[in-house]
Amino acid sequence: MLLPESIQSLITALERLPGIGPKSASRLAFYLLRASEDVAQDLSVALANLKANTAFCQECFNITEAGRERCEVCESPKRDGAVVCVVEEALDVLALERTGGYQGKYHVLQGVLSPIEGIGPDDLKIKELVARVANGEIKEVILATNPSMEGDATALYLQTQLKQYGVHVTRLARGLPMGGDLEYADQNTLLRALSGRQEMS
Amino acid sequence: MPKFRSFRADSVVLRHSDWGEADRLLTLYTREQGKVRALAKGARKVTSRKAGHIEPFTHVTLQLAKGRDLFIVTQAETVNAFLGLRDDLVKTGYAAYILELLDRFTYEEEGPNPSLFRLLIESLERVEKESDAWLAVRYYEMRLLDFLGFRPQLFECANCGREILPEDQFFSFTAGGVICPRCGQGLPNLHLISLEALKYMRHFQRSSYRDASRARPILEARAEQGQSIQKETEVLMQGYFTYLLERELNTPGFIKRVKP
Repeated sequence: MLLPESIQSLITALERLPGIGPKSASRLAFYLLRASEDVAQDLSVALANLKANTAFCQECFNITEAGRERCEVCESPKRDGAVVCVVEEALDVLALERTGGYQGKYHVLQGVLSPIEGIGPDDLKIKELVARVANGEIKEVILATNPSMEGDATALYLQTQLKQYGVHVTRLARGLPMGGDLEYADQNTLLRALSGRQEMS
Repeated sequence: MPKFRSFRADSVVLRHSDWGEADRLLTLYTREQGKVRALAKGARKVTSRKAGHIEPFTHVTLQLAKGRDLFIVTQAETVNAFLGLRDDLVKTGYAAYILELLDRFTYEEEGPNPSLFRLLIESLERVEKESDAWLAVRYYEMRLLDFLGFRPQLFECANCGREILPEDQFFSFTAGGVICPRCGQGLPNLHLISLEALKYMRHFQRSSYRDASRARPILEARAEQGQSIQKETEVLMQGYFTYLLERELNTPGFIKRVKP
């Protein structure tokens, strides 16, 4: 063994991260070795806290701080409990929050249906969503899964599951993106952009 | 491997996965090269010009360039998006089943197989068009086995070689065919196959799709018997595939969950 045990073990640990190969791993390890004490210290504290101090909100299944029953959004009195936006991942909540234009609550599925990967309804937080809707407070469910084959399949499945409760089920609009190009748009997007066209006023 | 740095590929997208910051890694079945993997750069950006063309199930013409170790998608234009497969969960499931079987049975760099490519396109069209996917899927399975060299022996006993008589038989995964009742007595791991189910399987093996689809009215006329035959062939074929692939398939479980 050319390298001391402690460096080698850090390299091995870093290599397991996505997108980091053996070269990048050794580069990072040696950077940390040479950098001032507090860089490594901060990183180690942050890593230790990552798992210990996070948990899932028991209402919407977004990530929240450990020890809390519900996340900030679910607890906030300003939020409209009658509207729920269903997203695939916690990062999607972040994207929607950044717009500042949504005042309802969320539901994080923690994944998406995928027939090819064998991910079925039981692997997602679908039962929990149906239970929330069955409680009766919710009037509208906005399906904000990604506009992909998997996202559409998930939306379709949720629609069939929610139909019986008489809630208003909507899907995010699909159309041409900002800075896009009509010439390169695919049929699916163009067809939906056409059928969802809006009056100019 | 292609001689040119860049080439056109008539392809169907079998599956996709996220790659790097905003890229997507595609598994394609192409007419020109058989199965290949290609990287679609920037396909997860909202303004991507390719993203909509490279969803799973899509029949698409791609321009592929040889990258360092993967092909890179430089242009994409949809031939058929099979939109009908996306508005119906059960059809989505069956289309995914068709893709999964092909993905599991083929390998990269094994070369092109144009008839298999044509079968794939035709089967997706049939599942999209027809209200019940059973016939299209069973026909696809039978033909797929043919093209891959796993054609089951349905006319002679796979053990003694004698002609199969019109009666209920056994089916052996290991022997890859039907075993007559006389040989079947002492052999382990056999599956019963009814005379009716065998008739359909033989029909699919020998006939064109158009002839095979004429067989369906019989199924519909006697609904109850028809359904049990449908179920029997489905279970048998899936068992055979699991044996050949040495692994359970993902999509049948999904289809079962979403079927009303």
